[in-house]
Amino acid sequence: MSDLPFDVPVTAGAGAGVRVGAGTLAGLTRRDAVRAAACAHLDRRRRLGRLATVMCVGALALSLLPLVALVVYVVSRGLPALSGGFLVHTPTPEGIPGNGIGNAVVGTLIIVALAMAMAVPVGLAAALFVVERPGRLSGALRLAADVLTGTPSIAIGVFAYLTFVLAFGYSGLAGSFALAVLMLPIMLRADEEAMSTVPDELWEAGLALGSPRARVVRSVVLRSALPGIVTGNLLAMARAIGETAPLIFTIFGSQFFVFRPTAPMAALPLTIYTNATEPYADAQRTAWGTALVLMVLVVLLSVAARAVAAYLHRKAR
Amino acid sequence: MTDSSAPSTSPGDKTATLTATLAEEAGHGDGAAGLLGSDATPAVTLQGVAVSFGDHVAVRNTTLSLATNRVTALVGPSGCGKTSILRAVNRLHDHTGGTVSGTIRLGELDVYAPGTSPELVRSKVGMVFQRPNPFPTMSIFDNVVAGLRFNGVRSKALLAEAGEAALRHAALWDIVKDRLRDPAVRLSGGQQQRLCIARALAVEPEVLLMDEPCSALDPVATGKIEALITELAQHVTVVLVTHNMFQAARVSDDTAVFLLGEDRVGELVEVGPTGEVFGSPRDERTRAYVTGHIG
Repeated sequence: MSDLPFDVPVTAGAGAGVRVGAGTLAGLTRRDAVRAAACAHLDRRRRLGRLATVMCVGALALSLLPLVALVVYVVSRGLPALSGGFLVHTPTPEGIPGNGIGNAVVGTLIIVALAMAMAVPVGLAAALFVVERPGRLSGALRLAADVLTGTPSIAIGVFAYLTFVLAFGYSGLAGSFALAVLMLPIMLRADEEAMSTVPDELWEAGLALGSPRARVVRSVVLRSALPGIVTGNLLAMARAIGETAPLIFTIFGSQFFVFRPTAPMAALPLTIYTNATEPYADAQRTAWGTALVLMVLVVLLSVAARAVAAYLHRKAR
Repeated sequence: MTDSSAPSTSPGDKTATLTATLAEEAGHGDGAAGLLGSDATPAVTLQGVAVSFGDHVAVRNTTLSLATNRVTALVGPSGCGKTSILRAVNRLHDHTGGTVSGTIRLGELDVYAPGTSPELVRSKVGMVFQRPNPFPTMSIFDNVVAGLRFNGVRSKALLAEAGEAALRHAALWDIVKDRLRDPAVRLSGGQQQRLCIARALAVEPEVLLMDEPCSALDPVATGKIEALITELAQHVTVVLVTHNMFQAARVSDDTAVFLLGEDRVGELVEVGPTGEVFGSPRDERTRAYVTGHIG
């Protein structure tokens, strides 16, 4: 009673004065019995909580272990290959010093840029359709995107080979096409997600001003969803940049600097693949070096994606 | 309190006092022509309007004229169709999938005629929402002129002029004139709501729909918005949805009372000059509602 700022008359049955008749708590007042049970329960929860924390940390360590091991291994094996000029030279025959992957760096940048140019607008338009016109067609589109996301990338490579390469021959552009097909479903879902988080209140605010729907979409919905769209698309790109299988069937590879996307080109993942399967120590070192370069590139892209999204978000505040 | 089905009107009863207070608050109905009066020209007329969502009828058979440049309050308990009626006027149900039947006219314009574009209707009918909803990616100035830009106004001079006029109108100019480039979301809630009012006014609407514009605001901000509403009625016809009968009494010239019918469908019960509706309601259900017995 003393914890109340005023006196409350306690009648029998209100709990305070009543004694419990039976069990281990016999003899206590009902209030004390309830307190005792609560304390015992709290102790049990606390021990359980500690156990759960330990298990969570353990699971985290277990899941980080392969990643850390991979990074350490790639860095330790790849660093020796990174002699001066590795990033700017073209490949040399086995045993000749001055080997480099400059052509693959250039090839990857061009191929991925073109793939983005193909996939980003299509992904945006498709996502807009799904958000704007919910219905059977949108559902089918969404399902198709989910299925396509789960398709092995080698199958996408074969698809690009059958549709693009057989018609136009091996080229960087064919690789871009394959990567675009690979990125498209990821982008569609990311764009859709970003657009559907735009609150309905903003839609209505725009419409209530007498704006044409298209204008509301452009100036309000897309603008508000921009941080999410940028992040989603850059992450899709980070995923595609390391894909090897779609490129094996499409770009053929090259030993020289190629800036014309209609010709066969080199790319980082393909360089890893071809060098790693060679019997020479030199080539294998080159493969490790290239893997390190590619890994750093992906990390940089992910960080950039986060930074851009954070910047756009802050600007929107 | 006493039996709700038979409200007592004996002197000294609290209900009678409340009615008197509301009528007193509404005392500025100084004999001006009410919306049922003969010389008021209707800005908006609703004829047998019903709004339904799928199988559910939200509000039915509403016939109502809103007088030009007056404030009409739509009051009633939650779920009785006030907001549904409001959103029917600017065809916002087109966006959310509600069905509107009956006839709504804006002056001579038939709002739901096949040839009438919703954009045209909405540029004549501004709207202010329950929660302030400035565009979060835009500056204060960009928010105010958003409607003009969206409707194709490009001239910088015109935008600047219209923006300033709208902000002055919404009693916000002195507060924001030095920070027009700041993000709109940095303003306080009440200021954001006045910004939304300015944004609606910039398009030069004839009618301004306000859907419980103060429900997310504190009393001080509410007071400012209420003062503003009275001001605005000199240039624009205001339709105000509110839960707060004191607010209706304070700011409106006319009041329309909506209640739920026996079958849980909203309906218009009584409409008239605010002083009369609160002071001497003609309908028994209105009396019960304004005295706090139902709803």
